[in-house]
Amino acid sequence: MDIRTAVPTIYGDEWTRFGETWKSQVQQLRERFHGQIEDVRMPQEQPTDVPIVYVKKSAVIEVLGYLKAEPGFDYDFLADITATDEEVDPRFEVVYNLYSTVKKCRIRIKVRVAENEDVPTAVGVWAGANWAEREVYDMFGVKFAGHPDLRRILMDYRWVGHPLRKDYPLRGYQIFPTTAPIDTDLLK
Amino acid sequence: MSKDGSTSFLTTRLEDFISWGRKNALWPLPFGTSCCGIEMMATLCSDYDMARFGAEAIRFSPRQADLLIVAGIVNAKMAPVLKNIYDQMADPKWVMSFGACASSGGIFNVYSVTQGIDTIIPVDIYVPGCPPAPEGVIHALMRLQERIAAGDTHSQRREAAQKRGATQKGARV
Repeated sequence: MDIRTAVPTIYGDEWTRFGETWKSQVQQLRERFHGQIEDVRMPQEQPTDVPIVYVKKSAVIEVLGYLKAEPGFDYDFLADITATDEEVDPRFEVVYNLYSTVKKCRIRIKVRVAENEDVPTAVGVWAGANWAEREVYDMFGVKFAGHPDLRRILMDYRWVGHPLRKDYPLRGYQIFPTTAPIDTDLLK
Repeated sequence: MSKDGSTSFLTTRLEDFISWGRKNALWPLPFGTSCCGIEMMATLCSDYDMARFGAEAIRFSPRQADLLIVAGIVNAKMAPVLKNIYDQMADPKWVMSFGACASSGGIFNVYSVTQGIDTIIPVDIYVPGCPPAPEGVIHALMRLQERIAAGDTHSQRREAAQKRGATQKGARV
């Protein structure tokens, strides 16, 4: 079966419920952020469950703030921030998964970012982006400019490398003999 | 020994008597990190009743326990914590590696998982299974008791080696 026809059945009746909403929202985004939207992937046309909007890095915070506050969008919940290592140039895609508690629908914003390139932080839009961005930094080494506390969140701070990068060895174990000393700065 | 108990004594070696006491009063420290911990609880509960083997006194402080049951996956980040807990336990101490993850990393052959706790601490007995059945745990416990009685565990061998070393130097044991 062609994946493009399979997607709507996999993901239920999302398209019949939100198809028109998504179409008008994407249209509005294209008009409002003319030239800042690189690409849009819609369900049924492309193998995806929700619309994916590729945004230029310079405009991403503006777009996220717009989606959060603008009436008619109301994407007021940041479900997750993650990333993918595409092994092409630019190397990474930072993914923002948004959910609207008003309209009960989702949208996905993606930013293409090269290696050793910073992404502006979304902490100003969602305070909850803090830990999500730390995780992306920990796993992929993507840095977020303006982040208040960009440290590793999951791996030991003595860890070398970023384990979810495609070039990190699958069995690149790093076992430390002692527990990490307490960071006394955190006790202040 | 007489039937009425009037002349009740028996003779044994002191080491054997101590081992007998130790093997029948194993106080486990449950290091349950994942689903194996559930099977450990089942083993402790009334159906399987580990109390029959003197191992019902669960202690959550390493200072008060002598059997470390590592039940579940030990992540790379958890490895130094496990080492710390093992070091804090008083000798003699024993370690049971409970289930596939603790014994070998199980299905998780990736960067974040320790490939068996025996890469960090000495293990006396392994229980296979994912997770092991309570019968398997009890079997392992009984085998461990046999080994303690025979003095064939890491902790006891270490102790014996220390004593031998001390005797050779002429120090009082």
